[in-house]
Parts: sequence; structure tokens; C-alpha cells
Amino acid sequence: MLVSEKSALTAEIEGIVNEYGNTRDNLLPILQRILNKHGHISEFAQQEVARLLDIHPVEVYGVVTFYGFMRVKEEGRYIVRLCKTISCDLAGKEAIARAIERELDIKFGETTQDKKFTLEYINCMGMCDAGPAMLINDTVYTHLTPRKAIEILKNCK
Amino acid sequence: MPIINGTVLFNKENHGDGLKKALELKPQEIIMEIRESGLKGRGGAGFPTGTKWMLAAAAISEKKFVICNADEGEPGTFKDRVLLDEYTRLVFEGMIIAGYAIGASKGYVYLRGEYRYLLNKLKSEIDKMYSENQLGNNILGSNFHFDIEIRLGSGAYVCGEESALIESLEGHRGEPRNRPPYPVNTGFMGYPTIVNNVETFAAVPVIIFKGAEWFEKIGTDRSKGTKLISVSGDCEKPGVYEVPFGTTINEMLEMVAAKDTKAVQIGGASGICVPKSEFGRNISFEDVSTGGSIIIFNKDRDMLQVLKNFMEFFVEESCGQCTPCRIGNIKLLEGVQMIERGECSMSYLKELIELGKTMQIASKCGLGQSSPNPFIAIMTHFENEIFTQW
Repeated sequence: MLVSEKSALTAEIEGIVNEYGNTRDNLLPILQRILNKHGHISEFAQQEVARLLDIHPVEVYGVVTFYGFMRVKEEGRYIVRLCKTISCDLAGKEAIARAIERELDIKFGETTQDKKFTLEYINCMGMCDAGPAMLINDTVYTHLTPRKAIEILKNCK
Repeated sequence: MPIINGTVLFNKENHGDGLKKALELKPQEIIMEIRESGLKGRGGAGFPTGTKWMLAAAAISEKKFVICNADEGEPGTFKDRVLLDEYTRLVFEGMIIAGYAIGASKGYVYLRGEYRYLLNKLKSEIDKMYSENQLGNNILGSNFHFDIEIRLGSGAYVCGEESALIESLEGHRGEPRNRPPYPVNTGFMGYPTIVNNVETFAAVPVIIFKGAEWFEKIGTDRSKGTKLISVSGDCEKPGVYEVPFGTTINEMLEMVAAKDTKAVQIGGASGICVPKSEFGRNISFEDVSTGGSIIIFNKDRDMLQVLKNFMEFFVEESCGQCTPCRIGNIKLLEGVQMIERGECSMSYLKELIELGKTMQIASKCGLGQSSPNPFIAIMTHFENEIFTQW
């Protein structure tokens, strides 16, 4: 990371912490804001949050690595999360998974070379009556078929 | 018993103005009304709501909190999503009434990260309520102040457990606490806190408006009112149904047009698996208790694969804090994989069931205490089916 990028990130995090307040109970909202903007929470960002909240960086690292939606490394711009839990499984998520893997030429858990897509499984996302379902970033897609899933991915710019 | 859909929540005619009526009552009167209604927690545990509120109201503290548990993560459950989406106002009104009853002036909605797409809708409803003087200072001309803030989860099933949820709100890893002390004494930031499910809050304004006596007549002797049931799996009409307690599984299956059903999983992955021979049982706290879901399996489903899916879920979602849950779930999953490969002896299976029973007793929170349920149930009811495949 360049020094200029670091100081820009520091200024941004200081702004976020000022907005929420520098107490521990604001840690999750602060981290979620950083995550939404940058797609990940880098080690440097974690250290800056820790410094501003006056807690040990390990505390922040512990939180970031606990929650399934938080990530410490840069990944795809679109995080594709396919539900793999029982109802979506019964509804045929396996066929959707294979179709997406073939189309993007990566496996689940991987990111495309152009850093556009990251493929992940997710546990029950509450769309059990409309499965198979997936989340792409914050958007929910339901009643998937292999063709529909691929078309949705193609529409991601 | 006749099936009446939508008596309490899914019938807008009954909603009325519970909030206005509540603010004209004394806090103790509200708590008495809720106690008399027999309302029990809709998240699954079924703790009497009136008692919980009474304990929190009795606690002496400068600050108290109301938390709405919208971290609906149990596999197969999506009723809170529908409530939050279509009956938003009812949920918030329930929270305000709870705050008034226990003496709290701040409420949090802990919304699971997967439902982030609902956030804007919820926020705009809150803004509307501020502008209509239903939130903020001197609500509807009373002396009561209440604010609601929405906090998002970040993809952790265990945060639906109330003490883990509070840990998460406080900015920590979502690891459950030892209980007691319970949140009604030592909750958010150490202050008395009530944590209720979305559906519980939604029922409150209706009970206040229509009266405890009306509510108490619906359901069974020990389970009052109605239950929202999320139905998914092998049926023609999946969705959320509101049924009175005491409705049998057979009646549910007919309602959703399920055919050739072999078994149903009630209460999500941590619930119980009911085989066809027991479909006459009913949904209530005293018989088949549920947080609100039925997953239907038809005759072609392989129950071992169903179980494997559940166990993979628990292995991933265990917070790892206590040993029985962290290691026990892995052992049970490995057992399922051994059976799949035809390598599990009957005596080892018996040992695994014993391990499951140990986990039910020795785990720290509800996750590890209930995760062996499907293993034990499926191995008990479907042993023949599973072991005759090899």
C-alpha cells in the first residue's frame, strides 16, 4: 500500500469513527462501513480502527475473522453466495453450482482472475420457499435455474 | 378443529391501534395483560413473554434496553422476513410497547446481514414513525420517549442466541455467555434487557388492542394464540402460514399440498425430525415445539443426505467456544460420512448417539444443545432405511 493510500484510508476511517463514536459497541457498524466501501478490511484498516477505539488490534482481528461476511483480503467485486442449506439443496442448488462453476471457470471458494467474481456458499439465507437462492453482494435472487443464474451473472457489469 | 388462517397477525382488521391504547394504560397493566394472554416467546424457546417483561420491569436501573431479535438464521425459517417486510409497523409498535412496559427508552433491531436488502424499507418506516410522533419524545402526547436503531449482523447463525446477540451488539465476537445471569438482569452493556423474537413483538399490539381474553381463546391449553410456520421442501404451496397452536402435522401437509411425504423436519436444523407414523402430532409447546418452520421430505429423499446437510451446517456455525459443540459436531459429521462409505459399525453408531446426548447436556448454549437432535432423530427413525442400503 502506498503512503498516500494509507493516509487517505486513515482519514476515511477517522471520519467513520467520528460519525459513530469511538466506543466498542460501534465496532461492528464501523467495520461494516469499511467493508461495504472497500470489499475487505485490510490489516492496516484493522490497526487504524483499533487505534481509534483504543483497543488491541487483536480484538479487531478476532471480530473480523469471526463473522462470515467480513473478509481481510481483497476479493471479487461481486461476491456470489449460493445457499447450500437444506431447502435450497432439495430445490436443486447443485445444478446451479455446477453451471456457475463451468461458466466462470472457477470453483467455489475462488475468485476470477479479473477480480470480478468470488464464489462462495452461504448457510440458510431465509429464502427457503423460493429456492434455489443466491445473494450477489446485497441483492437476493430466487427461483434460480442454471440458465437464469448465468444470465444474472452476465448482467453484472 | 377448524383451520383459521391469519387470526392474529395476518389479519389487518385485528391490528387496530394497540400502541395508542397501550400508552393510555399503566406499564403494570400492560404486563398483566400480556401475562394473562399466555403469550410465549416465538423464537423457539417459548419463555412466557409477560414473565420476562415483569422481571425486566422489576429490575432497578437507570437504563434498560429492548432488543428485537431479527437474526432469523434457523434453516427453513423465513417468517420474520415476511413480518419485517409486510408488517413492519406492528413489529416496531410491539417494541415501543415493551419499552413503555419495562421502562426502557432505547430499542435495537438486530437484523441478520442476509436481510440487508430490507434495511432501507425498515429505516424509512422508522423515519415515518418519528414524523408521526410514534417514536422520539412524548410519543402520542404521553411522557414516554423511545428510539429505535437498526444494527446489522454479519453472517453468524449463533448470534440468534440472545447472549451472543448482545455480545455482537457490544462489538465482540458472537460467543454466547453463561446464563444466568440472564439479560433481564445483566444484558446489553450490563443493563437489564429484554430480547424478544420479531413475531413475539408483532403479537403484542394486537393483544393489547383486542384484549388478552380474546387472544387466550385461540390455540391450546398451554399454547395460546397462533404460530407463523415457514413451509419449504417437497410441497406445492411453500410459504408462511399462520395457524392456531394445536394444528396437526397432517393438517399442515394438506394445507400446503404435500404428496408422498416421508418425514418432516420441524423447527429447522436444530429441531426434530418427525416420521410419517407421527403426523398426528400437533404444533404446540407441549407437543412438537417449533420456532416456526417445517421442511417437508417426500418418499424419494435420502435421509442420510438430509442429515449430512444439517451436520455440515452445524460444523460451520458452531462458534467454537465450548468443546462439546466444537468437536462433537465434527465427530457426528464424520460419523455420517462413515455411514455413507459403509464403514460405520452399529456399536460405533451407538457411541455417536451417546455423544449426541452428552452434547445436549454439556454444551454451553442452545446451538450445541440442539445440534445433535436431527442426528439422534434420523438415526432412530430411519436406521433401517439407512443401513439396508449397504
